[in-house]
Amino acid sequence: MDNNQFLSDWGLTIMVFLPLAGALVMLLIPRTEEHLHRTLALVITLATAGVGAAVLADFDYGASETLQFVVNKPWIDVINARYAIGIDGLSVPLIGLTLLIMPLCIIYSWNHFPEPRNPKAFLILLLVLHTGMLGTFVAQDLILFFVFFEVVLLPMYFLIGVWGGEQRQYASIKFFLFTLFGSALMIVSFLALFFVTGGETFVIPDLIRLVPESDISRTTMLLIFGGMFLGFGIKVPMFPFHTWLPDAHTQAPTVGSVILAAILLKLGTYGFIRVAIPILPEAAVSWAPWIGGLAVIGIIYGALACLAQTDMKRLIAFSSVSHMGFTMLGIATLTDFGLNAAVMGMVAHGLITGMLFFLAGSVKERYHTLDIKRLGGILLKAPRMGWILGFTAMASLGLPGLAGFWGEFPAILSSYQPAPGLSEVTFRVYMVVAAVGTVFAAGYLLWLYQRTAFGTPTDEFVDADIPDVTFPEWIAWVPMLVLILVIGIYPNLVFHVTDGQMTAVADWVAAMGS
Amino acid sequence: MLASLTSVASALAQADGFERPAVDWHALAPELVVTGVLCLVLVADLFLPEDRKALLPSLAGLGLLGALVPVLTLAVDGADRLMFGGAYAVDDFALVLKALFLVAGYVVVLQSTNYIAEGDYAEGEYYFLLLSSILGMLVMASARDLITIFVALEMLSIPAYLLAGWRKRDRKGNEAGVKYYLMGVFASGVLLYGMSLVYGVAGSTKLVDIGEALATGDSIPMITLAVVFCIAGFGFKVSAVPFHTWAPDTYEGAPTPITAFLSVSSKAAGFVALLELIVIGFAGQTEVVRPLIWVLAVLSMTIGNVVALRQTNLVRMLAYSGISQAGFILAPLAVVGQIGSTTLTSVVTYLLIYAAMNLGAFTVVMAVARRTGSAEITSFGGLFNYAPALAVLMSVFLFSLAGIPPLGGWLAKFVAFRAVVDAGTGWAYGLAVVMAINSVIALAYYANVAKEMWMNPAPDGDHTPVRVPVSLAAALAITAALTFGFGVTNWATELGDAATFVASAVP
Repeated sequence: MDNNQFLSDWGLTIMVFLPLAGALVMLLIPRTEEHLHRTLALVITLATAGVGAAVLADFDYGASETLQFVVNKPWIDVINARYAIGIDGLSVPLIGLTLLIMPLCIIYSWNHFPEPRNPKAFLILLLVLHTGMLGTFVAQDLILFFVFFEVVLLPMYFLIGVWGGEQRQYASIKFFLFTLFGSALMIVSFLALFFVTGGETFVIPDLIRLVPESDISRTTMLLIFGGMFLGFGIKVPMFPFHTWLPDAHTQAPTVGSVILAAILLKLGTYGFIRVAIPILPEAAVSWAPWIGGLAVIGIIYGALACLAQTDMKRLIAFSSVSHMGFTMLGIATLTDFGLNAAVMGMVAHGLITGMLFFLAGSVKERYHTLDIKRLGGILLKAPRMGWILGFTAMASLGLPGLAGFWGEFPAILSSYQPAPGLSEVTFRVYMVVAAVGTVFAAGYLLWLYQRTAFGTPTDEFVDADIPDVTFPEWIAWVPMLVLILVIGIYPNLVFHVTDGQMTAVADWVAAMGS
Repeated sequence: MLASLTSVASALAQADGFERPAVDWHALAPELVVTGVLCLVLVADLFLPEDRKALLPSLAGLGLLGALVPVLTLAVDGADRLMFGGAYAVDDFALVLKALFLVAGYVVVLQSTNYIAEGDYAEGEYYFLLLSSILGMLVMASARDLITIFVALEMLSIPAYLLAGWRKRDRKGNEAGVKYYLMGVFASGVLLYGMSLVYGVAGSTKLVDIGEALATGDSIPMITLAVVFCIAGFGFKVSAVPFHTWAPDTYEGAPTPITAFLSVSSKAAGFVALLELIVIGFAGQTEVVRPLIWVLAVLSMTIGNVVALRQTNLVRMLAYSGISQAGFILAPLAVVGQIGSTTLTSVVTYLLIYAAMNLGAFTVVMAVARRTGSAEITSFGGLFNYAPALAVLMSVFLFSLAGIPPLGGWLAKFVAFRAVVDAGTGWAYGLAVVMAINSVIALAYYANVAKEMWMNPAPDGDHTPVRVPVSLAAALAITAALTFGFGVTNWATELGDAATFVASAVP
């Protein structure tokens, strides 16, 4: 067996389970060996990134619409669940994002684990989370997908609940219950799909092929899609299921917020593009106006809520609701243009909002508050951090030349001409509303920047010693900042990867849906 | 006297119409081993000095493991064996469940070792009764006849009544025993009445004959009444709402290992009997069974869950959670007859996984209660700080009970969902949605315990570590390995799928 063969058979599996294996090793090391734990966790995430990089380097970008590195083995026969994995143009950017963010999170935590410390437990949970997220992005079997999709819940619950802020217990259980509610109905949908297709399979590509062949009534399809919509929509989160998000984000420890924003929310949007839309294109067309409608409501609602926030972290959390609205709007158009914009939006939002949460964490650590009124003059006290905050805020509001622009602008444009079968009028109204949303975004972000970074420090912090960006922070942030800039200048870096697969999905919907 | 008995026997054998039943000793070997060991335990207790009593649990445990050997050889042999005119079957179904009862019994012995030795309890009698009850369960797994089912039921119940009241100097212990006994005999009475009606209609006590006699599909009130009474009788055993009222008080008052035993083994035995009755005996009466079970399942999971939310005592909470889990186990029976053999597969799979995780949860309760002396949920505060391993394991068991992947419980819930959705009727989808909503409610109280352990400080600031005795550690290792293993492998589903009734015993 030559190297490439080994890589294509085992590469993804090793990448997914390496963090879990590392977590098991760390379980055996006593808690007092803090430095060893840190080092080990970093080495494991870097090794995972290394394996992942080898896989991504070997990926055939010319054929990104076909599944590659496919492994399809029996797993739990009695329930027809298979260990089916593979990656295509949709998975690659998100896997890349995950592989990048996790080591950065560990580096960022290096010297300041949130109270009550216990780096061992903290890092083990991060590694389990890592496996869950990577697994979701490679799974090609609905049951496997579901298992990975759920695996992330437990570590996140504990990360928020143990290491979070004042209201952590409320926030953590709210997060858990909301997402579990969605996924419980989602699994019923998966099962219904399994039985109505009659193909005895949960493998996604097989189901995509089978659904048009079997005569499923329209109502059934709509209901099945509805179950999936709840599962994924709560995760995104879409208005009106978003209420868990501000609490979870605000209360989570910095690294938890970063991962939540950068990767976990993407599991929802990913689910729409990977599972719900290709398997049930007809139902997707029927649901699309509603999804689009909720998406633009989310955009405006999130933005207005941002304007009303007094807490910096909570403001960023609501900005997530608004930004994920753009992503969902792109998805709702069901066009290749809109879907590409959505994936770009996921990556950009992951980098930018992840970065904003890093910054919020660092501000909190220095000022011991995130109350916007009490902050001010960050540019005077810690100029480098102030500039980074400015840069990221600009990226977040969609300044051309930075990554955020390429997520929002094409999503808005795509709704000018939605997929055949969708009402142009409706989506053009959505387009206008979403465009207004970008103005709000500029408003709340610039206002946030003005209130926190400009001016002079408030009286209580005039003489306070506020250190500027520290060394671990530089290491954790520079890759993200560079990527925000690089993708902003050369968005084809992402579009080139996703385009093949997104065109295939859009063509499929156009062919089947109308 | 022996000589006269022999002569009577031979005279009987020569008389017309009597045939000596062929006894398949291999098939009966598990029961015989357990019978031998329980006699041995009782005799050994008489002759062992006080300081050597620790041998008793070892003897009982080894006996149970020893009984597992013939179960395995029978499984390897693979032949279905019917005895006593078809009243006693050793088929794959019986073997899988016997293995479950033996392993669960072994874990209960491990849990009891320190608890019984350190309390002021009679040891020999305890293990004797425990083994007797397990023997009843082994018989239940093989019973294919109303009389055998009833004998097995009493054989497993009567020792359990005694064991439930084992803490005889404790008022709650007395309450536990009396309540369980009164409710239990009442249920037996109802069941017997139902059985007599069944016999009256079918003219046979053998399940397969009953199945054929009732297969006409005619629904006469007598049959309906009989079915309702039989199911109600076992509804008590599996603590399904509205027959659940004994469970919380008995669970709280009984010695904790017995609580674990009642909530796992005894409940599983009830489900075994229900499966035998519903799948074989009432196979033609699914029109009556389905709505009845539908209501029981929905009530059990909903009421069990809602009441569990309000509990402050962990054992009581586990009792109500067990009621709710019983609702989930019942769910596939609510679509019986519409999904082929999936009913059996899903119920047996659920029972296997439920046994592992629930026994595990009780083991942690026992380990912690050794130090705190309390099963109040608040007494678990800060456990993660002073006993991280126990806290992690308890979280594993609780979240497994809640059905969070990749822990075993998700697969149990999944097979139940799968069976229900498979039926494809409106009622089935309705049940699936109720199950989905209940999974979410259940998480709230399981997570509440996790919250206490991980996020709250120890109530008295006492951070002395918990010393876990070897036997409890072994019980934890077994249950944790199975809880994980069932979740990510095909073990449980393969066993559940293999558990089929012998073909000639199904009408």
